[in-house]
Amino acid sequence: MNRATTRTGKTTRTPAARKPAAKKPAPSGKKPPATKRSTASELKAPRLLAEFMAQAWAMEVEASQRYADLADAMETHNNREVAGMFRTMANYESKHADDIMAAMGWSEAPPLTPRDGGWPGSEPPEVTPMQDVHYLMQPYHALEVALAAEKRAERFFAELARVASTDAVRRAAQELRAEEEEHVRLVLAWMKKVEKPDSDWAEDPDPPRYTD
Amino acid sequence: MNDLATTSPLTAAAYKSSYKPIWCPGCGDYSVLSSLTKALAKIATPPEKVAVVSGIGCSSRIPAYTTCYGFHGVHGRSLAAATGLKVARPDLTVVVTGGDGDGYSIGGNHFLHACRRNVDLTYIVMDNHVYGMTKGQPSPTTEPDWDSKLSPGGTGVRSFHPLVIALASGANFVARAFAGDPNGTAELIAEAIRHPGFSFIEILSPCVTFRPDQRTWKQLVHPAPVAATDDPARAARRIMTDDGFNIGVLYAGQRTPYKTFVGTATHSPADIEAEFEL
Repeated sequence: MNRATTRTGKTTRTPAARKPAAKKPAPSGKKPPATKRSTASELKAPRLLAEFMAQAWAMEVEASQRYADLADAMETHNNREVAGMFRTMANYESKHADDIMAAMGWSEAPPLTPRDGGWPGSEPPEVTPMQDVHYLMQPYHALEVALAAEKRAERFFAELARVASTDAVRRAAQELRAEEEEHVRLVLAWMKKVEKPDSDWAEDPDPPRYTD
Repeated sequence: MNDLATTSPLTAAAYKSSYKPIWCPGCGDYSVLSSLTKALAKIATPPEKVAVVSGIGCSSRIPAYTTCYGFHGVHGRSLAAATGLKVARPDLTVVVTGGDGDGYSIGGNHFLHACRRNVDLTYIVMDNHVYGMTKGQPSPTTEPDWDSKLSPGGTGVRSFHPLVIALASGANFVARAFAGDPNGTAELIAEAIRHPGFSFIEILSPCVTFRPDQRTWKQLVHPAPVAATDDPARAARRIMTDDGFNIGVLYAGQRTPYKTFVGTATHSPADIEAEFEL
């Protein structure tokens, strides 16, 4: 179990999905600037349909790879149920990438799209941050991070559809937004079939921190 | 610019081995591995022309997870081994990896002199301000007031400042990255490898098990507000006064890298031995 011991000696549990500990103040005492994130209004939609679809393809590929990495990590730590779910999600994202290839008639992977200005953050929005997991997480948590990823992707395509300067890109962005919306619905439906974790889900009788 | 464009047939996957990392889920080192493989694909140097050298610690396991040549060596001695390798085989791209304990404490002296020698190496330190592999002891970069069962009330010892030390010791490229930005980190690693001489990248890589408070780093990091400089005095002022969360190239110097003299000796070992013959 992850525990943070505060200066007052109070021990708090801080697993991935929980509220993080208080921010460390900057030495200067000034509030540090937040991570630079492009705002939605800064997004630039590609003019060419092929360029836009290459960007969408890259997002699906990276999302698939990340889920595969998360599945590997969970398998290593013997969390097989969650590993299986991440593996399934990796396969879904890979299939979406294949669908884009097929729709565009591409036989070879397109070159990756420019990073700067291409994504609203440092990674494609559908990619789950590596830090958003916990070794004791349960299937419900895996679906929570998947839901967040799908919602980010939906917002991303919605914004691209809004700022697109060509009809072809706008239509494609609207179609992909609708697909992501459908994925959100599917994940929500899946979550209803999965048991919600107890409040003590992160309790580990044999924690890595033997000093606690 | 297409930063991660595949200008060669090599992809990041070509640099990943079949061994799966055993780091804790959520560890920043996963992202650093991803960044390293992306960077190597970007510079398009084939795996057999790259050597990844490390010491001991969680992050030092990285060589096994790549398809490059690797050397998982003695604690704190990665830079010594890598220096020897680069001098003997200047044709190889040599990347050195490790953590803050391995690099700044056990290998602290090697760190100073590797910077000073300016051999063409890239040194990546995954800094999580803690000894993770040995269960959470304070490391040289741990904050003096970090309270834990192993350091009640904190150590009270001033934190090591690796970027300033690197700059003062002669490193030719100094940068800071964040594991939570794997694509940005890949660009910095590629730039560091391309830059001649000793390149040092400090990557803030959260330890989610022993320093769960580091999850907030994601909100604290920000791009360095100014462009890289080749003026060490200006760089020193910036690094000494920043908040520790500036991300980017902070110094890109123009020192001439150490030149190897392998194969240029005018005397053979036999000549020298002959002088000492009885």
